[in-house]
Amino acid sequence: MCGIIGVIDRRRKCMDGTGIKAALSMMNERGSGEGAGYVAYGIYPEYKDFYALHVFFDNIRENKGALDTLLERWGTIVHDEQIKTYEQPNIRKVHTPWRYFFRPDRSLMPKSTTPDEDIVTHLVMTVNAEKNGTLIFSSGKNLGVFKAAGWPEEVADFYRIQDYKGYLWLAHNRYPTNTPGWWGGAHPFNLLDWSVVHNGEITSYGTNRRYIESYGYKCTMYTDTEVVAYLVDLLIRKHGLSEKMAVRALAPPFWEEIDRMPAKEQELNRAIRLTYGPALMNGPFAICVANADSLVGFTDRIKLRPLVTGEHGDRLYISSEEAAIRTMEPDVANITMPKAGEPVIGRVVA
Amino acid sequence: MASVHIDARGLHYTPLNQQIRAAVAGGATEIVIDHVLGQRFIGDGLRGDGVTITVNGVPGGDLGMFMSGPTIIVNGNADHAPGNTMDSGTIVIHGSAGDAVAHSMRGGRVFVRDNIGYRGGIHMKQYMEKRPILVIGGAARAFLGEYMAGGLLVVLGLDGSSPISERGLGSGIHGGEIFVRGGVEEKYLGVGARQLAATDAGKKTIEPVLRDFARAFGIDAGPLLTSEYTRITPASARPFANKYTWE
Repeated sequence: MCGIIGVIDRRRKCMDGTGIKAALSMMNERGSGEGAGYVAYGIYPEYKDFYALHVFFDNIRENKGALDTLLERWGTIVHDEQIKTYEQPNIRKVHTPWRYFFRPDRSLMPKSTTPDEDIVTHLVMTVNAEKNGTLIFSSGKNLGVFKAAGWPEEVADFYRIQDYKGYLWLAHNRYPTNTPGWWGGAHPFNLLDWSVVHNGEITSYGTNRRYIESYGYKCTMYTDTEVVAYLVDLLIRKHGLSEKMAVRALAPPFWEEIDRMPAKEQELNRAIRLTYGPALMNGPFAICVANADSLVGFTDRIKLRPLVTGEHGDRLYISSEEAAIRTMEPDVANITMPKAGEPVIGRVVA
Repeated sequence: MASVHIDARGLHYTPLNQQIRAAVAGGATEIVIDHVLGQRFIGDGLRGDGVTITVNGVPGGDLGMFMSGPTIIVNGNADHAPGNTMDSGTIVIHGSAGDAVAHSMRGGRVFVRDNIGYRGGIHMKQYMEKRPILVIGGAARAFLGEYMAGGLLVVLGLDGSSPISERGLGSGIHGGEIFVRGGVEEKYLGVGARQLAATDAGKKTIEPVLRDFARAFGIDAGPLLTSEYTRITPASARPFANKYTWE
């Protein structure tokens, strides 16, 4: 059991983190105080052309030099600084959060059609797999993940997320069940543009992990959700599927439902299921996925976790509970429960 | 008739429930709670015939769980599992509700004006005079009446929507009965469920329930009484016998 909430402003009008902090804290019954986190899009306009790397260092003195050297080998560190944090009584600062604004050197990946993304992905996978006191937990442009082990309001105050202004936010309140809670295991999980929050359990994790690792991704966080971020990156960014088709691959219709579809639909759905069989996710889940232009929410095919949506003006809200949405926006309209396995998509128009 | 008002704005469910219990203990028969937003467990385990609690707002999950006697009226949507293992009493929801409505309910009534989520009436049961009833004015999502062991479920599709348009209706049902206004496509029936057109005698048995439902929401019972219904019952008392045991 975890609590999730996401909001997108379709005209990219920014909101500070006050509302989402209140909404997430309202769902404290869904968490256990062992992990909470936020991601905001649009927070670094002055550095929007560079990859914002958020890093946990176990020890600045011992770990930072190696990362600086690695980044400089693959490109340019445009700017770097410690991420401001504010002491909280219940958060033990076991890691030091740092941010870099990084420009990859494209000439170092000459055979790639997407050299920038591939360099950053390579760096994230390499550094995180080494587990030597450095963890890159956020690597997109003009966005940042803020997470730690603690309750939602503590983690929010630790980073003072009310000081950040974004047009798209995700937030997560964790109740770890299968592995211990730790800073890196808190949600959101991020790679490049993609951020994921998840309530539930990916019971097909082993299969999904073997599949995604065969494409060079490395799962290093001791929890299932990171696999979703990598699957989305593979299916949408690398294979060019639409968000809708990617969700179809991750949570496809049952075979007997496919058998009843018109011929053309059948062909498409069979192809998706056969091509992406090892990407199919089983188990109970409600998930929100974000990138710079969209927010997508979906659940498992038999709806074992809650998800409701609501709208207000240009904003689409997706959350575990209606009350959380109403905490952010009391006048929210069109409260709806999406059908199992079917995505709800909010897209920016400006 | 003593009446008590509670302002629940920013109040955690523990002090809220303490105030409700104190009011009932003090002889209140009307309790009105304003500004409810996400508080779970309202009225849980509460005893008291003749007590009416009005919830203004959107309560959290497990509303009226284990409740025995009181009536709860919700002016808003409810979250997951209102009426969870409820013993007796009534919950009337002027809105929609989330997943697992009336989960494991053992007595009393839950009336939902609009729609409910997945697995409504999951594992409802009955024993002797205890027979829980869940009536849904709008539509229910997949797995309605899953593993149902007793009680009565009625889905009306009053807003013009199809009452059942997803899979697993009565999946694993081995007791109780489900009435759906209109027809049900065979593909939506779950394993272990079978359907027949409701007979006049069968419709007669749910008539009092339909009248009460109509009264609760101030609608005309006439069209409900004259409609055709489909009755879903267990195909056998042990639908998964050969899945778990070998005889």
